Amino acid sequence: MNTMVFKSTQRTILASLLIMFLATGCERSVDGLEEPGFTTNPEVYIDGFSSGLEYFPFADSKQDAFSVDKDVTYDNSQSSMRFDIPNVGNPSGSYSGAIFRDENGGRDLTGYNALTFYAKATTAGTVNEIGFGQDFMGNEYQVVRSGLRLATYWQKYIIPIPDASVLTAEQGMFWYAEGPEGGDGYSFWVDELKYENLGTIAQPRPAINNGNDESQTTFIGTTIQIPGLTFTINQANGVDVTVGAAPAYYSFSSSNTDVATVDGNGTVSVVGQGTAEITASLNGIDADGSLTVESIGSFTPAPTPTEDPDNVISIFSDAYENVPVDFYNGFYAPFQTTTSNDFSVNGDNVLNYENFNFVGIEFNQNVPTIDASNMNTLSVDIYLPNDVPSGSAFAVNLRDFGADDSFGGGDDTIASTVINTGSNPALVSGQWITIQLDISGMTNKSNLGQIVFDSDQGPALQGATIYVDNIYMYQ
Amino acid sequence: MATFRLIITVALIGSLGFGCDDNNASEKPYTNVVWEDEFETEGSPDSEKWNFDIGTGVEIFGVPGWGNNELQYYTDRPENIRVRDGMLEITARGESYEGSNYTSAKILTRDIFETTYGRFEARIMLPFGQGIWPAFWLLGDDSGGSVVWPQIGEIDIMEYRGQQPTIIHGSVHGPGYSAGQAVTDSYRLDNGRFDTDFYVFAIEWGPDFIRYYVDNELYNEITPDDVSGEWVFNDNTFYMILNVAVGGSFVGPPNSSTPFPQTMYVDYVRVYSE
Repeated sequence: MNTMVFKSTQRTILASLLIMFLATGCERSVDGLEEPGFTTNPEVYIDGFSSGLEYFPFADSKQDAFSVDKDVTYDNSQSSMRFDIPNVGNPSGSYSGAIFRDENGGRDLTGYNALTFYAKATTAGTVNEIGFGQDFMGNEYQVVRSGLRLATYWQKYIIPIPDASVLTAEQGMFWYAEGPEGGDGYSFWVDELKYENLGTIAQPRPAINNGNDESQTTFIGTTIQIPGLTFTINQANGVDVTVGAAPAYYSFSSSNTDVATVDGNGTVSVVGQGTAEITASLNGIDADGSLTVESIGSFTPAPTPTEDPDNVISIFSDAYENVPVDFYNGFYAPFQTTTSNDFSVNGDNVLNYENFNFVGIEFNQNVPTIDASNMNTLSVDIYLPNDVPSGSAFAVNLRDFGADDSFGGGDDTIASTVINTGSNPALVSGQWITIQLDISGMTNKSNLGQIVFDSDQGPALQGATIYVDNIYMYQ
Repeated sequence: MATFRLIITVALIGSLGFGCDDNNASEKPYTNVVWEDEFETEGSPDSEKWNFDIGTGVEIFGVPGWGNNELQYYTDRPENIRVRDGMLEITARGESYEGSNYTSAKILTRDIFETTYGRFEARIMLPFGQGIWPAFWLLGDDSGGSVVWPQIGEIDIMEYRGQQPTIIHGSVHGPGYSAGQAVTDSYRLDNGRFDTDFYVFAIEWGPDFIRYYVDNELYNEITPDDVSGEWVFNDNTFYMILNVAVGGSFVGPPNSSTPFPQTMYVDYVRVYSE
């Protein structure tokens, strides 16, 4: 009797196998749902453009990077999408990138959970950005998979949809942006590009602030954009895939709206004094990570400079037009601990150096050095929100790169000033301090390239938080 | 030859391995429930049905040689094992405990319920993640330590690698066909995962046969012709084991992407005779 059962089972398995060839999968097809509104067509590019699909390259990209390839295809289908990435220096564009948009008004993608495709490349390139939801019309539901590593053979790739219920009329079917690899261009192909409802991806894990729980000291009037919005799923092969997702997929909330409010774009507005924790959820799942806003109340802005703009070269100030710089924090490895957490209060931009030991502002790499031949003073406003330990000192160093217009080379000149807890002005907590560096006697000041702030003569200052504003020179 | 035939079977199953129906459910000859735990009483598992294995798993009741280089320490704490909402929950955690970096739980019916032949089934939703190794399995009685593995026999109704969430394995181990040479077959879901839904994992075991089922779909039968040694499953009594191992030779260690804690949910365990 048992044997009989076994044989009938085997027959059924064979029959099932046959059925599998005829109809893949036993799930109810979403195509069967008759819904008014937008098409549920899952196909983006199978053997050619799907209905309504149009190609829009990024304005500054290589315009002819995309072509329809009838020779190199996955599974000998009729054609594939080919993308040519230029070499460095190619006059037709430094990178390739485009969106593929549905011009029939959009697709209803609510029945799917992933965009999938097969891809291969002439070399094992890593595509900078690839995804969907970019439509040049707000990119409300943009999703990006960054650093997609390709192989020289066809492989299937998955870009998960964080929450398909919002994609009732999505036009951004597919987009990518990729530059040369180590200076060299290459080509990659995409085929069988479509939306699917995969039963093999699961364990959705949304995150904000890159999954970290962090706090930030701030003031009334500050706005903060919640960073690091990600969405992670686990694939059938056990490997997680993480994509970056637009804020519109998340529901943000504040634990104390008297202190901070947060809007649908993940923009936090600090409205009162106190503490508020910003958290989020996605499709009912709590996101990992949070941002705790610690508002110390009203912000005292730095004094507004009064020098005549005609007599000023400004490096960082809302009172003047600033000269271009390379950066306000060089993140010098490996000894620098200083991080940047710059903020804006009611339109007043402030540099915020945290974990301070030293930091450099440079204007010599992709921008011209500064000719300050006519200038006599460098002025810098700083503010220390926390207690200033004894033994603290803060130095301002201005470096001229000399005739060779580059760092070092034996012709550099440095002007410096140091303030400490006993100097005039003194290094004190809770008020703006204006530091004036006399450069009237500086030997060379026609090729200024760098300002460095350091704690070398007062290491007790190390680890401090320092706000900086109004960095400018005047006659 | 037996191995060759098995490979063919694996290939066949592997190519279809879907799980959206139970159209080949047999007219069940196994209707007489001889042992069951529906996990209806909240708290610790029923001590009249289960023993705990406490420790690293290297010893089972004082007999060493187990463990498979696993990394967990098995406890009976509610953080690692409890009954709640009609389910047994075995939870693997990443924490330092008694010299191990992970904790989990393992329960057995040894010395409480041991039998020969029947249908053994459990309805389970599995955890996931690199290095997570849940199992529902049977071991043969060791006659007070006088018979040792693999001579006692081992029937793995379900083993699973957390990094392969669509595949489970069913195996037998015996003399001449143990560990890496165990006779194994696998069942793969083509459009589903074992960590998102409950599945019923079962064997039907009788004289000279062991049949493996997922949701009543037969995917393998092992008989004395399939094993390269003595068939040790006709005489001995066997007891059941449920555990979630962490690390070990079968799965490798967890990595930074393995989310902890990870819980195996068991809705019920039932044993039927014909």
